[in-house]
Amino acid sequence: MQHLKLLANDNRGLNELENGTGLVGWNEVTQGSILPSFEGDATNIAHLKSEERTYSGYNSYTATVASWRVLKPVYNRDICIDCQNCWVWCPDSSILSRDKQMLGIDYDHCKGCSVCVEVCPTNPKSLIMFSEQTLLEDALTQWPEKKKKEDK
Amino acid sequence: MAATSIKNLKEFSTSNDRFEGAHTLCPGCAHSMIVRELMNCTDDNLVIATNTGCLEVSTAVYPFTSWDTSWIHIGFENAATAAAGAEAMYKARKRKGSLKDNDAPVKFVAFGGDGSTYDIGFQWLSGAVERGHDFTYICLDNENYANTGGQRSSATPIGATTTTAQAGSHSYGKKEKKKDMIAIMAAHGAPYVAQLAPNKWKSMAKGFQKALETEGPCFINTVSACCTEWKFDPKDTIGITDLATDSLIFPIYEIIDGHELNILYRPKNVIKVEDYLAAQGRYKHLFKPEYKHIIELIQKDVDDKWNMLQRREEARI
Repeated sequence: MQHLKLLANDNRGLNELENGTGLVGWNEVTQGSILPSFEGDATNIAHLKSEERTYSGYNSYTATVASWRVLKPVYNRDICIDCQNCWVWCPDSSILSRDKQMLGIDYDHCKGCSVCVEVCPTNPKSLIMFSEQTLLEDALTQWPEKKKKEDK
Repeated sequence: MAATSIKNLKEFSTSNDRFEGAHTLCPGCAHSMIVRELMNCTDDNLVIATNTGCLEVSTAVYPFTSWDTSWIHIGFENAATAAAGAEAMYKARKRKGSLKDNDAPVKFVAFGGDGSTYDIGFQWLSGAVERGHDFTYICLDNENYANTGGQRSSATPIGATTTTAQAGSHSYGKKEKKKDMIAIMAAHGAPYVAQLAPNKWKSMAKGFQKALETEGPCFINTVSACCTEWKFDPKDTIGITDLATDSLIFPIYEIIDGHELNILYRPKNVIKVEDYLAAQGRYKHLFKPEYKHIIELIQKDVDDKWNMLQRREEARI
């Protein structure tokens, strides 16, 4: 998991603006301005995973929306069947999947919408929403039991 | 064409994201699901133009961009024209051999909301499709101008309340029916026209790949459930889309060359439109006794449309 450490920093772009490192204010931008998403050559980007890319400070990948969250999804590896439903339907590209395996959640870009929890097919769910302050270890100990099928 | 494998979700999940997070779309917005899927289903270089709308204002908040490809925003109406112009330039330079990499595959895509597709950019889109540019236009249909506070557009269905067609004691919301954009685009003779939904990810990815592969102008209308303006809980985005496709409010089908209609998804159990309407706050007033007849009207329209689609598919027209 360590190699997937993210670059996010709450106000990276804003810092650069304030410190005047070559960026202009929004009201000085002229028509036809270009914001490069990457440092250097970007021709092969479709073949690189996010940890192999050189994002520029303009890329929203380097920003975070973590402060939007009230609830956060917690991921339980023991129950997950790697179906990747959460990956395909995550609106914020926040499910980290590598080599057909789900690794975890990118808490820098997750907004806590709980779509991933709704589409999770396991019983009990391998993703459950907990309040933002809950520690991940505590959340894992509070995991619900498997629900039995209701008798007909 | 370097299409990503979409045989199953596990294969598909090995593709690399080119639509980055930390855009400012609402939590649970279906726009980003659709855009992400389009960009993940191909490895080709993409040139993307976007009309003004939720997608544009949320993915390009200065100084950030969420796009890992060439992306341009210009006006409310002219994503189709921008993509068409870029494509014409690309073809000319390719002929002259003056591109940096003459063999690199490039695909041109335009995104628009329903406001900029059905209303404001209609003429521009029609023109670009008529001229036969090789591009794919994807409409993210959330049935209102969600970016500016939920005004009615010509994609808003009958009976829905919007800020400019309010439901109340004298009105049941919008009185006009939704424009059939798919039929209009098919009538242009576009080689590939389809209506797709994000809950059926495979048919959507297949449709996207088909549209990108097809030479000529392709139009895809995608259902984009809007939790803010349709008034439902963000976590239910996929659930609401399921209801929409299973109640046949949004049938999933494609029209090839303007005359070959294929239905891509047939629900096993067709549910009543009532269930779809009841799940959303914008139709709440229809369940009052005085407006009950509107629900019957919607159900009848949906049934008639489904019959028409089935008959067309059978007759191969």
